[in-house]
Amino acid sequence: MPSDWVEVEKVVATTRVKVRRKGEGPPLVVLHHDFGTPPDLPFYDLLAQSFDVVVPEHPGFGESERPVWMRSVRDLAALYRALLNELEVERPILVGLGFGGWVAAEMATMGAGDVERLVLVGSMGIRPNEGFILDQALVGYMDYAQAAFEDPARFDAVYGAQPSNDQLELWDICREMCFRIAWKPYMYSVSLPFLLSSLPVRTLLVWGREDKIVPVSTAAQFEEALPDATLSVIDNCGHAVDMEQPEALGGLIRNFCTG
Amino acid sequence: MHLMYFTEQPMSTYPAQAGLDFGATALMFSNKHFDPVSGSELYNQYIEQYLLAEEVGIDGIMLNEHHNAPFCMQAKANVFAAILAGMTERVKIVMLGNPLPLAENPVRLAEELAMIDMISKGRLVSGFVRGGGQEQLAAGVNPAYNRERFEEAHDLVVQAWTREGPFRFEGEHYQHRVVNPWAVPLQKPYPRVWVPGVISKETIVWAASKRYPYIALNTSIEQTKGIWKLYDEVAAEAGYEAGPENRGYLIQVHVSDSEEKAVENARQFRWMQGEFTGLAHPVWSTPSGYGSPSNRRAFVEFAAGRRDNPRGQTTFEQQMEDLRIIAGTPDTVVPKLRRILEETRPGILALWGNDGTVSQADSLTCIRLIGEEVFPAIRDIAKELDLKSPFEANAPVGIGYDENGAMAGAAG
Repeated sequence: MPSDWVEVEKVVATTRVKVRRKGEGPPLVVLHHDFGTPPDLPFYDLLAQSFDVVVPEHPGFGESERPVWMRSVRDLAALYRALLNELEVERPILVGLGFGGWVAAEMATMGAGDVERLVLVGSMGIRPNEGFILDQALVGYMDYAQAAFEDPARFDAVYGAQPSNDQLELWDICREMCFRIAWKPYMYSVSLPFLLSSLPVRTLLVWGREDKIVPVSTAAQFEEALPDATLSVIDNCGHAVDMEQPEALGGLIRNFCTG
Repeated sequence: MHLMYFTEQPMSTYPAQAGLDFGATALMFSNKHFDPVSGSELYNQYIEQYLLAEEVGIDGIMLNEHHNAPFCMQAKANVFAAILAGMTERVKIVMLGNPLPLAENPVRLAEELAMIDMISKGRLVSGFVRGGGQEQLAAGVNPAYNRERFEEAHDLVVQAWTREGPFRFEGEHYQHRVVNPWAVPLQKPYPRVWVPGVISKETIVWAASKRYPYIALNTSIEQTKGIWKLYDEVAAEAGYEAGPENRGYLIQVHVSDSEEKAVENARQFRWMQGEFTGLAHPVWSTPSGYGSPSNRRAFVEFAAGRRDNPRGQTTFEQQMEDLRIIAGTPDTVVPKLRRILEETRPGILALWGNDGTVSQADSLTCIRLIGEEVFPAIRDIAKELDLKSPFEANAPVGIGYDENGAMAGAAG
C-alpha cells in the first residue's frame, strides 16, 4: 500500500472493519468487487485527486474478520451505514463496483437523504432479464477473476499472469463470504428493483460493453428502475471497469459529481 | 463383526467417451447421456444383487446417494431403503448415508426413516453424511453452512424421533413451527447412527463426541490408524473407551472364481478415470466454505493445478499394493482382509464388491463368494481377534444413553 493512504480500523456491529482513506474533497466511498480488491489500484489514486476517498474492505473478504452473523447483502449495507457514521463521513458519493454496486444500491435505499450521488458500475443486485450473473461456484478462482476483464493483458497487469497462492487463497475466502450472504438468489435481490423505483438520488450507471459477469443488458433494467439515472457504456471493456479503464471511469465520475 | 455388501450402483452404460470429450463426468456432464431404458434394467439388477446378498448370509446392505453423475445411480437412498424394507426379511438396511445438509425439511427425513424402520421391523441403521461438494451445488444448498446444517439437522431428526410432539424448533438454519411426526422409529431410543467419512477431521471428532461409529471409506491402513487415534482421544475426553464397536471400514474387494478375472474386474473400481466420484473441476468437489479451513490452502492450489489432490490419488497397482483394492479368489482375499482386521480392528466391515461395467453374472458370483466363503472366514477371524459389532457389543446408541437405551444416569 502506498504510504500516503491512511489505514484505520473500526468496530461496527461487533465486527472489525479495515478502511483505507486518502485525498481531499467531497467524500466518496468505493465498494469493491466480490473477488476482493488489490490495495493499491490506480483507480483509487485517481479518485483521490478530487475526492476524500474511503475504501473499506468488505468484512469477511480478504484479511478482515469474518462476521459470522451476517446473512445477506442488506446486512452488509446496514453495517456500512453504521461504519460511515463512525467515520463521520456525511452525504458521501457511493461508488459500487460489481457486487459492491449491489451493496451501494441497498445502502441508498435505506436512507436516500444520506447519499449525495450513486455510481453503479457493472452492478449486481437485479436479476438479469437476459442471461445470468456468472456463477463463480462453477469456475476456478483465476477463471472468475479473468472473466472480469475483456483484455487479458489488463488482468496480468493487475494480478500477474500467474497470481500467487496467497491471492488464490484470498479469492477462496472472498468466495466463501459471497456464498454466506448471497448464495440464493445468487447475487441479486428480488425486492431491490421495487425499492430503487422511488430512490431520489442522482445515479450514474457505467457498464463495460463486454461484461461477462453481469450482462450489459442489465444496465437498462437499472436505468428503468431508477427515477434519475444516466447510463454510460464503455467499449472494449469488461466487468472490472475500474481496473480495465480507470481513467475513463474516473473521468465519468468526476464529471457526474461536479456537474 | 457386522459384515456388509456395498455397490455405488454405477450407471455403467453411459458413453465414457462423451465424458472424456467433455472433460468431466460429474455435476455438469449432461444427463442427455442418461439412458432410462438401461437405467431401469440396472436398478432391477441392483435389487437382484441385494436380494442375493441377504440369501447368502450377508448381515447388512450399505446404501448411499449421489447426484448429477454416472458413478452412482442412487439419487435418493431412502427409495432403495424402502424397497429393501419391503423385499428383504433379515438384512440390516444401512444408510451411509442420508446427506443431512441437503434436507430443507429434516423432519420429513425423520418421517421417511421412521417409516423404513417400522416397515423393516427395526432393521434400519441411519447413517448421516455431509454430502459431497458437488451435491451441494446440485441441490442448490449453501456449502458455506454445510457443517452447521449437518449438525443442526441431526439434532432436529433425533429430537423428532425421541421427543414427544408437538414441539417447536428454532435453530440457526432450520425453523419448524410444529414438529409432531406421526411416524416414529420402532427401534428405541432411536435407530443406530453411523457416520462415514474420508478426510475431514471435524467429522471424526463429531462422530466420536456423539459416540457414533465412524466408517472409514477406503482409507489406507495408515490413514485408518490415524483416524482411530483421533477418535479414541475424543472418546476418552467424552468419558468412554472406544473399541471395535466404534470402528467401521469400507474397502473395495472384488471376489471371483479366478485370480485373473478378479483382477480384471477390480480394474473397474477405477472406471471413473481413477476418481471414484468422476472427473470434475476441483471447485465443484470442494466449493468454498465446504472444506476444513485447515485444508483451504491445499485445495486452492489443487484447483489451480499447482499440486496433487489433497484427497490423494494413486494408481491401481499402488492401491492393490496398499490393500485399498483387493481382488482374488476367497483363498487369497481372506488373508489380506485378515491383515486389515489385525491392523485396524474394526467391528463393522463393508465390502464394495462391484463397480463400473462388471457384468451382472460376475457381480452375483462375487456376492455369492463373499457371503458363502469370505464372510464365514472373516467371522472366525473376528471372533479370534474379539472384534465385536455395535450389535454384539450391545453398545449404546449414542452418547448420553446406556446399553438399554435409557438416558444414562436416569433413575428407573
